[in-house]
Amino acid sequence: MRRSRTPAELVRAEPAPAHTIDFDGRPVPALPGQTIAAALWADGVLAWRTTRVGGKPRGAFCGIGACFDCLATVDGRPNQRTCLLPAEPGTTVTTQEGHGRADLDV
Amino acid sequence: MPTSTSEPANGSGSAADARYDLAVIGAGPAGLAAAVTAADLGLRCALVDAGRSTGGQYYRHPAPGLGANRPDRLHHGWSVYTGLADRLAVHRETGRVRLLSGHQVWALERAGDGDWRLHATTGPDADDRATVRAAAVLLATGAYERQLPFPGWTLPGVVTAGGAQAMLKAGLVLPGRRIVVAGSGPLLLAAASSLVTAGAEVPAVVEATAYLGYARRPGVLAAVPAKLVEGAGHGSALLRHGVRLRPRSAVVEAHGTDRVTAVTVARLDADWRPVPGSERRIECDALAVGHGLIPQIELATELGAATRTTPDGTAALRVDARLRTTVPGLWAAGETCGVGGADLAIAEGELAAHAVADRPVRTALLRRRSRLRAFAELMAAAHRPGPGWTDWLREDTDVCRCEEVPAGRIREAVDELGAGDARTVKLLTRAGMGWCQGRMCGAAVACLAGGADRAEVRADSRPLSCPVPLGQLAAEQDGRNEQDGED
Repeated sequence: MRRSRTPAELVRAEPAPAHTIDFDGRPVPALPGQTIAAALWADGVLAWRTTRVGGKPRGAFCGIGACFDCLATVDGRPNQRTCLLPAEPGTTVTTQEGHGRADLDV
Repeated sequence: MPTSTSEPANGSGSAADARYDLAVIGAGPAGLAAAVTAADLGLRCALVDAGRSTGGQYYRHPAPGLGANRPDRLHHGWSVYTGLADRLAVHRETGRVRLLSGHQVWALERAGDGDWRLHATTGPDADDRATVRAAAVLLATGAYERQLPFPGWTLPGVVTAGGAQAMLKAGLVLPGRRIVVAGSGPLLLAAASSLVTAGAEVPAVVEATAYLGYARRPGVLAAVPAKLVEGAGHGSALLRHGVRLRPRSAVVEAHGTDRVTAVTVARLDADWRPVPGSERRIECDALAVGHGLIPQIELATELGAATRTTPDGTAALRVDARLRTTVPGLWAAGETCGVGGADLAIAEGELAAHAVADRPVRTALLRRRSRLRAFAELMAAAHRPGPGWTDWLREDTDVCRCEEVPAGRIREAVDELGAGDARTVKLLTRAGMGWCQGRMCGAAVACLAGGADRAEVRADSRPLSCPVPLGQLAAEQDGRNEQDGED
């Protein structure tokens, strides 16, 4: 196997035009077919959740929907697995704090 | 939350209306091979998979929108997959196979009429439900990665080796530019090889074993030359890119505050105990880590299917020569019978399809399967984790990522409160009680509770194989009441 500079070069990708998703209020480019987690990785973002107990940053870990570490609030719905959800045009992703249900706190 | 029975995403008519001869759960190498072979033999099949496309984790590939002209460059044996996918397309055309993508099966049950019912969530939010009815079921649900925690393993940038590969194969992305690959097992070489060819720098592949285990049974190795070629392919790719293999070593700590910036690697003794004074630091911006694979078998074990303990200490389904589990009407193939790779999974998928169809099997296929199975057992024995790995844990190292339970609390539950198994530890500490249902920490918790010393490894119990909206369970009960009413 020949070494390439990027994964896209390796597979000679000719993707459809990029669109953007919104991550914490700023635009992040996404290619059609990429998951939210993939779009964020491509933009150099590795964390989009803070844990319930320690408030520690987390992002994608298993990449296949098994670990639930990559949860984020997507289009207002908390606890969405971003490694499975496609990054559709206009998708809004918000860093999730804790369980993501602060609105239910009493 | 809508709870009505949904139309399957990719076809007309409800899946609940049809009765299939065979339902195959999982469209990876084993499930694909089983479904197309069973269809060849005249069976009507449902091929059910949680993912959006076929291929499973092994043949995971870029979505069409990414326009990859050469997806084969990320794969070993890509033409095998395209061959299976072509056969599937023909059978879908004739209606012999119905592909139900995006269907996550959460429970299997044998109904009063003798047929199986597969209960699945569907839809973007998993809010919709579907039921698939079939006379026989083949479990080809594959495996997930075994993780052994270490200080810093929860930092962003620390990802599983399989996860790094999955994100690369499907999304064409990398977690960083300089990626250390660590843990144990053949997946590490495959992952490192993909990462370097895709442009990452891999300063080291850190493998806990000495690889000497392979040499003990040269006869088994010589019987599967393709495996040697595959291994040599990864090896030469790594050599060419200057990747250093560090055997008998482990990443004992990942450093950083908001993301990983370096790792500490230490030499291990034969029991995987870090050798004091052998530590060295490697700068990196990502770490891909894994310690082999664990068969995903809870759909079967919840029905009482018997398991066996594999040489690397995981629980796999016990099957006979015709790949029947101990539950009547339930077959298994591939990693669910013990992790062994795609070639073995395909051979077992074909074999199981013949068994379900009650047709004779070619001797060559039987021989191929037993050769590959013998090799898988050899690999598993070579990569069995040593008991000394727990020495690299600190008291404050989170073992359960979901519930943030540190090693110190688990040791307290074991040493002071008398917990003797993972289940009791869970009840006392919440370790394994979170979203992932103990998939990430289960192996580690069992070791800390003394499970590693037992000859028999018990499969984790998961009455529902994935999180299910409560509304669906309620709807399931309503459906049952309605049925009762009709009787």
